[in-house]
Amino acid sequence: MVDRHKRDAMGIALAVLNRIAGARLVRRFGLEKPIERGIFHATRTGFRTLGAATRSFKAVSTIGKPARLPSAPERGLFDLTPDEDQQMIRDTVAEFAAEQLRPAAAEADTACKAPAELLGTAAELGLTVLGVPEDLGGAGSERSTVSGALIAEALAHGDMGLAVACLAPSAVSNALVLWGDGDQQGTYLPAFVGENVPAAALAILEPRPLFDPFELKTVARRTPEGYRLEGVKSLVPRAAEAELFVVAAALDGSPALFIVESTDVQIEAEPAMGLRAAAMGRLVLDNVTVARTALLGGGSKDVYADCVRLSRLGWCALAVGTAQAVLDYVIPYVNERVAFGEPVSHRQSVAFKVADIGIELDGMRLVTYRAASRAEQGLPFAREVGLARKLCADKGMVIGSDGVQLLGGHGFVKEHPVERWYRDLRAVGLMEGAVLL
Amino acid sequence: MINLEIPKKFGALVNQAHQAAAEIFRPNSRKYDIAEHEYPKELDIFAALLDGMNSSGEGGAGAGSVRRTEKSNQVRNGANMSIVLGAIELCWGDVGFLLSMPRQGLGNAAIASVANEEQLARFGKLWASMAITEPDTGSDSANIKTTAIKDGDDYIINGEKIFVTAGERSDAVVVWATLDKSLGRAAIKSFVVEKGTPGMEVVRLENKLGIRASDTAVIQFTDCRVPAANLLGDPDISQGFAGVMQTFDNTRPLVAAMAIGLARAALEETAKLLAEAGVEVDYDKPANQQHAAAATYLGLEADWEAANLLTLKAAWMADNSKPNSLEASEAKAKAGRVVTELTLKCVELCGSIGYSEHTLLEKWARDSKILDIFEGTQQIQQLIVARRLLGKSSGELK
Repeated sequence: MVDRHKRDAMGIALAVLNRIAGARLVRRFGLEKPIERGIFHATRTGFRTLGAATRSFKAVSTIGKPARLPSAPERGLFDLTPDEDQQMIRDTVAEFAAEQLRPAAAEADTACKAPAELLGTAAELGLTVLGVPEDLGGAGSERSTVSGALIAEALAHGDMGLAVACLAPSAVSNALVLWGDGDQQGTYLPAFVGENVPAAALAILEPRPLFDPFELKTVARRTPEGYRLEGVKSLVPRAAEAELFVVAAALDGSPALFIVESTDVQIEAEPAMGLRAAAMGRLVLDNVTVARTALLGGGSKDVYADCVRLSRLGWCALAVGTAQAVLDYVIPYVNERVAFGEPVSHRQSVAFKVADIGIELDGMRLVTYRAASRAEQGLPFAREVGLARKLCADKGMVIGSDGVQLLGGHGFVKEHPVERWYRDLRAVGLMEGAVLL
Repeated sequence: MINLEIPKKFGALVNQAHQAAAEIFRPNSRKYDIAEHEYPKELDIFAALLDGMNSSGEGGAGAGSVRRTEKSNQVRNGANMSIVLGAIELCWGDVGFLLSMPRQGLGNAAIASVANEEQLARFGKLWASMAITEPDTGSDSANIKTTAIKDGDDYIINGEKIFVTAGERSDAVVVWATLDKSLGRAAIKSFVVEKGTPGMEVVRLENKLGIRASDTAVIQFTDCRVPAANLLGDPDISQGFAGVMQTFDNTRPLVAAMAIGLARAALEETAKLLAEAGVEVDYDKPANQQHAAAATYLGLEADWEAANLLTLKAAWMADNSKPNSLEASEAKAKAGRVVTELTLKCVELCGSIGYSEHTLLEKWARDSKILDIFEGTQQIQQLIVARRLLGKSSGELK
């Protein structure tokens, strides 16, 4: 069924036209880089290029032992009040999201690229610095997965695609803080707390149905000097400009994480249904060699499982933020929209949908917070993340769909953001990697 | 500090309630499901124990513990949290039994919520049931027809109440009646009527789909004379409906807690049976890569987790003197629909083992339905949540 199409003369002509048209796509998808590195060949969604030119990461300090953030102390009481720092960070990020992300969202969605100045502001806000220990020039004193969730939620209330673009570097810096050895931290982390935070991305997802992050097709083979990576990673945020990746690949049949500089990787634009502002791409690893020191977390299975979980948790927090945006948007709409002589919100069929959005959203938020608070306290959190992911994927999508439905035909057109949130929320059930709390 | 774990200080209470649920409730569960209307005498021993638990230290496990605490700057996990935790454990054992627990009726929650100190002293030790619903008035409780007419130092009550949980076994009934039908909802007050008061009669017990261990009575009031001092709260009509409705902010999380306990019982039994059938649930593996039954189970447990935390949130707000009408209704709505869907799905997953009386799964699937109905149906909770979120009055959003 898949190969029923046989290309005839017309088809060939159309294909050529498509290539020419595709050349414009390169600009649209933001694949141009400060240093032009040449285009390989056309792909279905654009062109394959070389990865961004990497700054030379050199060990700035050799601290020997890695710096880790200690777990937060176990809390005595059930409490839903953010502490003062969290309140302040959340308010700041929420303001940034409302004033900068939301207004830029539609254009970034079309352009498949986040505005550079906006990403600069996000870096200035210290989104990566917060998770890095003070010893390494960061601002963190203990693990704060909850703060990470609050930040992701607040950003996604502005726009999920831009939120992913803003958070992509912190996925890599958080991974280095959590699992990097002294040399890895000393080599890479200083850049993340400096003025010019590199674009970076956590690449786990692979392009195939029923993808399971614990059954990877990307493989790492041992060489005398280190490892040789082969495989394809999918929906990697800011792929074309990223200077550094953490890549999931199977080593001796077991999934592991590798630090990969962008020099030898190839990138294909991979625009998707949503999250387009995150400028996602495929990462093609065609026998990319990395040094022995590239293996993160010693190849431990537990480290990898935690990485998958903390990434999923990030997606849950993003879903909560976007779902809240839906609720906040539909309430004034259904109150103002008049049909049959009164606001449509006076009808139970409309009002109950709004109620259900509120109920399920609050449930998503609490389940996500619980998983985050267990993670930061050093308690087991696999179950809680598994449940949060299931809930946020299912209910988040229902909320996205109802958001469009409540606006009727107006929800379907791009004058309103609900159609974008509908596209974005679909990602939550399938994304792996990209963000990490 | 955001933390959603249950504090260790509740460990003893939770353990006691769980032991009772496992050793007293579960072994008798089927017996009184079959022998509807028979008094579960095994509960008397436990009720005495529970009285002891309630009078010891902070909070208690009983319905009478829902009274609001004074505002304080310190975060509190108090009586509302402990009653929710106790109810979860006991309903893991049997919901019908919890509803039949002497001195733990919903009327006790009403008394605790709105009684003055004198009334609390007088009625606090009674087992009180709650009489609101009438043959022609269900969710529209503002429309009740039962009247209370002032006569000297008494009120004379006339009317018929249905669906009174523990109406036969309780020592007293908290009955809603209107002082003046023409004044609408503001004139609705609640009265404590003790058993044996002339003019109050239990006329019938219902045969039910579930919670058959709990008696559900029809009570007739015919010129029933009650002292004016039995009117709960403020007799002033201007301080009307909000007062009696405040009970629900406290009892809805309690009913949600019942749903949480029952649903957890069904989840645990189903997980055990699925494991015996070779299906294990994996929290890391994508749901779509697992057995369909495991994927279904994950969805059920995720919904349960959300309902559980919404319930704890509503109780936490009550303990910290935060207005929680919205959250109480959210918890009740979520828990009510989750417990029904979940127990029914568990029966389906377990096949004839679930559907037959070999296990309690079929019973739990019958018991669960009431939890999406009493203390405000699913639809009423949605209405309350919708009005709050949309800023609509009951006149605008009907």
